[in-house]
Amino acid sequence: MRHLVSVLVQDHPRVLTRITSMFARRGFNIESLAVGRTHIPSVSRISFVVYGDDRTIEQVEKQLNRLIEVLKVVDHEGPHLEREMALVKVHVAGVEERLELKEIAEAFRARIVDVARTALTFEVTGHPAKITRFIEEMAPYGILETMRTGAVAMDRGERVLRLKAKREAV
Amino acid sequence: MTGAEVLLEALSREGVEVIFGHPGGAIMPVYDALYHRPDLRHVLVRHEQGAGHAAAAYARASGRVGVAMVTSGPGALNLVTALADAMMDSTPMVAITGQVPTTAVGTDAFQEADVTGVTMPVTKHNYLVSDVNEIPKVVKEAFYIASTGRPGPVLIDLPKDVQNAEFTGRFPDGVDLPGYKPTYRGHPRQIQRALKALEAAKRPLLIAGGGARHAAEAIRRFVQVTGIPTTTTLHGLGILSADDPHFLGMPGMHGTAAANLAIQQADMLIAIGIRFDDRVTGDVSRFAPNAQTVVHVNIDPAEIGKVVDSQIPVVGDARWVAERLAEGAKPLSLDPWWQQIREWLRAYPLRVPARASLRSPEVIRAVGEATGGEAIVVTGVGQHQMFAAQFYPVKHPASFLTSGGLGTMGFGLPAAIGAQIAHPERTVVLFDGDGSFQMTMQELATVVKYRLPIKMVILNNGYLGMVRQWQDLFYDDRYSEVYLADSNPDFVQLARAYGIEGTSVRSRDALSDAVARMFEVEGPFLAVFDVAPDEAVYPMIPAGGSAEDMILEAPEEVER
Repeated sequence: MRHLVSVLVQDHPRVLTRITSMFARRGFNIESLAVGRTHIPSVSRISFVVYGDDRTIEQVEKQLNRLIEVLKVVDHEGPHLEREMALVKVHVAGVEERLELKEIAEAFRARIVDVARTALTFEVTGHPAKITRFIEEMAPYGILETMRTGAVAMDRGERVLRLKAKREAV
Repeated sequence: MTGAEVLLEALSREGVEVIFGHPGGAIMPVYDALYHRPDLRHVLVRHEQGAGHAAAAYARASGRVGVAMVTSGPGALNLVTALADAMMDSTPMVAITGQVPTTAVGTDAFQEADVTGVTMPVTKHNYLVSDVNEIPKVVKEAFYIASTGRPGPVLIDLPKDVQNAEFTGRFPDGVDLPGYKPTYRGHPRQIQRALKALEAAKRPLLIAGGGARHAAEAIRRFVQVTGIPTTTTLHGLGILSADDPHFLGMPGMHGTAAANLAIQQADMLIAIGIRFDDRVTGDVSRFAPNAQTVVHVNIDPAEIGKVVDSQIPVVGDARWVAERLAEGAKPLSLDPWWQQIREWLRAYPLRVPARASLRSPEVIRAVGEATGGEAIVVTGVGQHQMFAAQFYPVKHPASFLTSGGLGTMGFGLPAAIGAQIAHPERTVVLFDGDGSFQMTMQELATVVKYRLPIKMVILNNGYLGMVRQWQDLFYDDRYSEVYLADSNPDFVQLARAYGIEGTSVRSRDALSDAVARMFEVEGPFLAVFDVAPDEAVYPMIPAGGSAEDMILEAPEEVER
């Protein structure tokens, strides 16, 4: 099963290494990972996509919680938003192709963010599956370069990933 | 104050009395500051791994945090095995490592290694201190993290320029770790459920492990009231006295038949402070197949459900939970269950097959009798370790110190040093194998330097016996690279070279005299017992097997 997990961490040096090294050490299978600062000073948020059965996902959460600098872990099981961004540079041979590419881009709500004589660069945002589809559509024209960010996630509605003690106080 | 002085002051404020260590270039400012701190006792070892194991054993024997201090690069890397060992066996220790100056970090400087990177997987947490004013906070956090929750090693990497820098900060009063709040109090409802399930159980069994060492008193009360049969893992030995009638011996690969059969038949397991290591469970799918209820008490939530499913999980401190269990316990009527267990105990006692040559269990029994089970027993890793676990009658908790999870050969001698320094008044006996002993025997110098009256028993079979045993059973007797006898030193001469008295015993006749002399001598003593080279540890459940696959004794030995 595919799971989308978000983690709040203290923004310390090597905190990302601690997490990824633990994943590698315990054999967890991570598909993508995204990390960035939050509105709270010194707190970063990491989201990742992990595959595994219930026992594995339980261990992923518990092993994350064992890390001293991990503040909060949530598996987005309910209704949630999932977004990834990609930059895709595609080869353009002529005017006709350029028009075709523009049409495809519109269907995916992708934007052209850079134009060159023989290349167009698109920015596309959405569910990772949509990004994959977009890249597949572009493939026949000759993809020169792609960069995907990894999925970011947030629960829908009023549920909030709050910063509070991850376990009961002593 | 310099960073080095602040570090020592911070250690002192944490109640540190002993530091096990070895100096070197990148930790010299701290050693210079130590020169002016006679209140902090430093124990100089001969190899950094020794400092680590000594600190760990000191911690386990004393219940305090052990401290090891070494230099950068090779010094710190030599400590890695001991850190991993402490991590696996949940031992509270703080390691302080020197590091090249911050300006040189990342340049492949002399004796530089990425120690925080290397030790990340084998520590509970680690720090690279880049600001001298952070030292008191880091030390306070390190001791807090090492000693609370599930204990473990914490490493502080301290660059040399930070040690020399002038301190202008403050010493904090407490720690603020928003991401670290261990749960001590088990959920009362879960404890009530456990007690209720226990009343209904017909064949309950208690398994206690290393995480319950400090809960021995409460567990003994609980066992006394309920009359529940009890087995303790390698690290749990001594939670019940070996002569307690409720004690079935150790479970697992080399556990007693009674303990393993009881696990197999039990309809309820109460597991306190254990993590269901594969040496205990064997094939998990065939482990405790009749247990409808598993109560799993562990302070680390990640251990619950990791290996064995539990119907009544209790996240909390073993002592806190055991005290509540003892309070709520009622006498149980378990006569048919006990009748069955007594039958197993009678039918399958731990046996020492009669042979012409001296056997390890005989030596361990003799030492057990001479010490009345009162000693702190320390072991290396191998056959001798399993024999010691089977045959030494451990009376007290935290008195059997061994490398369990990591199985580190060479743990024994340095650990015996740590134990003796923690308890100068108690008898410390080291059981070691000839292979295991040679991995850290340079610490004989430390024994001499501090006049530690450790009684060293080497069970010398001239082989890497446990490997040989597996080759015997699973590799068609192909004894690949396990023969040591042709090149072992004369251990008694070796001890003498260090100024340690010793004796060598080749036959059963000399056993009791040698043991008596060992304990008559006031100082350290090394006794080598030449035991049968083809000795094997039984019972044995082959790796990945279950109690059904238990081999009770060696077939060829039965015939003889």
